[in-house]
Amino acid sequence: MAARDGEREFVLKINGKAQTISATPDMPLLWALRQEVGLASVKFGCGAALCGACTVHLNGSPVRSCVLPVSAVAGSEITTLEGVQEDPVGKKLIDAWTEIDVMQCGYCQAGQVMSAHALLSRTPEPSAEEIDSAMSGNVCRCATYPRIRQAIRIASRQEEA
Amino acid sequence: MTELPTGLARRSFLKVAAMSGGGMALSLALPALADGYGAGQSARLTKLVTIDRAGTITIMAKNPEIGQGVMTSLPMMIAEELDCDWASVVVEQGDYDAARYERQRAGGSFAIPNEWLPMRRAGAAARAMLVQAASAKSGIAAGDLSTDSGFVHHKASGRKWSYGELAQTAAKVPVPDLDTVALKEPGQFRIIGKPTVGVDSRKVLAGEPLFGIDMRLPGMVHAVVETSPAHGGKLKAVDDTAARSAHGVVSIVRLDGVGDPDVMPDGVAVVATNYWYAEQARKRLKLDWDLSGAKGHTLAAYASEATRLHDAAKGTDLRRDGDPAKALAGAAKRLKARYSYPFIAHATLEPQNCTALYTDGKLEMWAPAQIPGLGVSLIEKHLGIPADKQTLHLTRIGGGFGRRLFADFMVQAAAIAKALPVQLLWNREEDIKRDYYRPGGWHAFEAGIDASGKLVALTDHFVTLGSDGKPHRSAGMQPTHFPAELVPNLAYSQDVIDTVIPMGPLRAPGSNALAFAFQGFLDEVAEAAGKDLPALMLELLATDTMIGNDTNSWGTGFAFRTKRARGVVEHVLKQSGWANRPREQGRGYGFGFYFSHLGYFAEVADVTVKGSDIKVNRMWVAADVGSQIVNPCGAESQVTGAVIDGIGQLLGQKITFTDGAIDQRNFDSFSLARIDAAPEIEVDWVITDNPPTGLGEPALPPAIPAVTNAIYAASGRRIRDLPIG
Repeated sequence: MAARDGEREFVLKINGKAQTISATPDMPLLWALRQEVGLASVKFGCGAALCGACTVHLNGSPVRSCVLPVSAVAGSEITTLEGVQEDPVGKKLIDAWTEIDVMQCGYCQAGQVMSAHALLSRTPEPSAEEIDSAMSGNVCRCATYPRIRQAIRIASRQEEA
Repeated sequence: MTELPTGLARRSFLKVAAMSGGGMALSLALPALADGYGAGQSARLTKLVTIDRAGTITIMAKNPEIGQGVMTSLPMMIAEELDCDWASVVVEQGDYDAARYERQRAGGSFAIPNEWLPMRRAGAAARAMLVQAASAKSGIAAGDLSTDSGFVHHKASGRKWSYGELAQTAAKVPVPDLDTVALKEPGQFRIIGKPTVGVDSRKVLAGEPLFGIDMRLPGMVHAVVETSPAHGGKLKAVDDTAARSAHGVVSIVRLDGVGDPDVMPDGVAVVATNYWYAEQARKRLKLDWDLSGAKGHTLAAYASEATRLHDAAKGTDLRRDGDPAKALAGAAKRLKARYSYPFIAHATLEPQNCTALYTDGKLEMWAPAQIPGLGVSLIEKHLGIPADKQTLHLTRIGGGFGRRLFADFMVQAAAIAKALPVQLLWNREEDIKRDYYRPGGWHAFEAGIDASGKLVALTDHFVTLGSDGKPHRSAGMQPTHFPAELVPNLAYSQDVIDTVIPMGPLRAPGSNALAFAFQGFLDEVAEAAGKDLPALMLELLATDTMIGNDTNSWGTGFAFRTKRARGVVEHVLKQSGWANRPREQGRGYGFGFYFSHLGYFAEVADVTVKGSDIKVNRMWVAADVGSQIVNPCGAESQVTGAVIDGIGQLLGQKITFTDGAIDQRNFDSFSLARIDAAPEIEVDWVITDNPPTGLGEPALPPAIPAVTNAIYAASGRRIRDLPIG
């Protein structure tokens, strides 16, 4: 697509696919993903990198997309929950998440899974402290934290469901 | 049971049976084909149950899903009595439809007690209709037929019919009398009581657009709002020149406040092609506000006034039993303490939002609303759009906690909506500054203990908030509050400070604050009497009695029953090993009990205190919510979530304000519990022969005093003011 007036064209690599969007350079990746690309998993919670609901991966590392301008991410590999459905770590996590039904309202859960995914990709068998540390940027207002910990242990084969 | 009508194959409009209680009536059946119906067709048996040829059973979820699990637990009740396999059930969220559904709301932990019989009866009625259909088909008497896993069986002959093949015929059977339809015995349950994964969980984890914020319509634009910096502010003038010229702006809409501040405050909406552009333009608005209405409404001023009122010790009696003054004067031991707790915001993680389209005098909305009908009626009343010109779709809701019992965001969206579909979305700052807060409050207690260590007198002077001497929403206290009627000389009195700060129910309203103050002070009383709080509680609860009004419309009873309270107190003491609890410097156990929303909860906390660091290591919860846990998977999660919510509140949540303007902005100044605050939590169900009741709320209140009393046990620091941090 061509850039609209006052906007620029950005080529974003999202879930392995190049997608062109038109936006102002300061638009946070969150709003580009939600409203220009149409990915619903990436949620808005605070707009200030305080709650983690908007967590996606940038070249495999978890980032808060609500404070990351699109102009800073062109060319990087962006991965959202939609993009980890079939990869081995994503599948294990989503299965574990479902098996013990972690969620209550579910609003933060995409961000939680993306943070857990980054953790297990680096540290396949995290300790309790490593789990809490990696997940501390993700608020769950329903406080499903005990099951978040448990699901990560199940996904990392440290616990049976 | 009504006989099967004859002439089934003809196209017929069946009469709508008005049913008492169950909210179910036979609807117009699909036109019947001569020999049944095709593979893709489905037949609606009742308002809540549709069955297709292949046997897939669609159950409508009528209530809003806010994370409390009703989209799963209520359909489980229907499926149980329908006697089908849970795997064959598809659950669909129903629209708001006052004619079709009753009690379409999420609040008060009422879904389970309210729906326990109606949902089961709805399932049982559909099952009876399927049996009647099989009877009509086969000529076998209905009494000789049975059901199992989606089939009607005739055991004597070994014949069976699937629900799918019977559905079209069953849809024409009049709905039986719901008050007398046969229900299963609890021993026969195969779905109720089985841990069941939420029906939408997979979809959420696939990133499907289920939430209000996820709604997308062709050509949709995005709106944000700017409202007064202080509560009660009036908009004097708008300069939107700079905002108008900002990138992506579609329109700017002035919102003139309607009704009281609950309905829609003055404000300006900025509509743009992307939320981000709307936000950038909003920052360029120049608004002139009259903030005089909130002058002096500062939390510190309220607190000073509360101290003055406590010192003056006058106040209106809520109740007075015996002669507290005399009993205090004659007591062997007297103690006094003042307790306070702060205002708190709801902070649902999904900010308030609503998507709306207004065309040809008709309004269509998609809203995460706890009381959908409220929004419709407010829009009718204040914006003049008749209820019958409004269509409201219920979305999945990213947290309720009582915030979405209000419909201000719906009225705003409706006021903004024009020919283009618009999604109104608040930013976090708006969400925190324009809430209906959990009211703060101040208590001055005094107790008298006799020579034998018995609590003989208790007084509480409660300073709360409201106007004209009356507490506002969620700021009152029942005269029957525990331990009323269990202490011979007892007085509760009240003073009310005028406020303009909007207040409203937050998860376990009233209880979430009063539990801390009362159970905290009673912990002090117990210590002064030479015992511990559970021992004092068991003394107070020793005689079987009922306290409070027991009348309600669904047969569960509202009254507090001492016997059920004793049951959970005794259970949690064993569960936690209370008698042998560690008593070491820096570590302690604390106890809390509370009865709210028909649930009895006793909780014990194990807490470590190192300097200013407080760590809740573990909690034990004993819960009596009646005879049956409907979905143990969701039920346990409600309890652990409520407990951690309580821990988050006591550790650091506080809303303050200056001249009516909220001082907190985002999650840096209003903190939510994070994963490191979560202890291990062990939940035990104390099963009693009482109707099942709800779990969204009652586990929260006692968690707070359990932890604050444990902090005292660990460190000698008595927590009388929340939050701790």
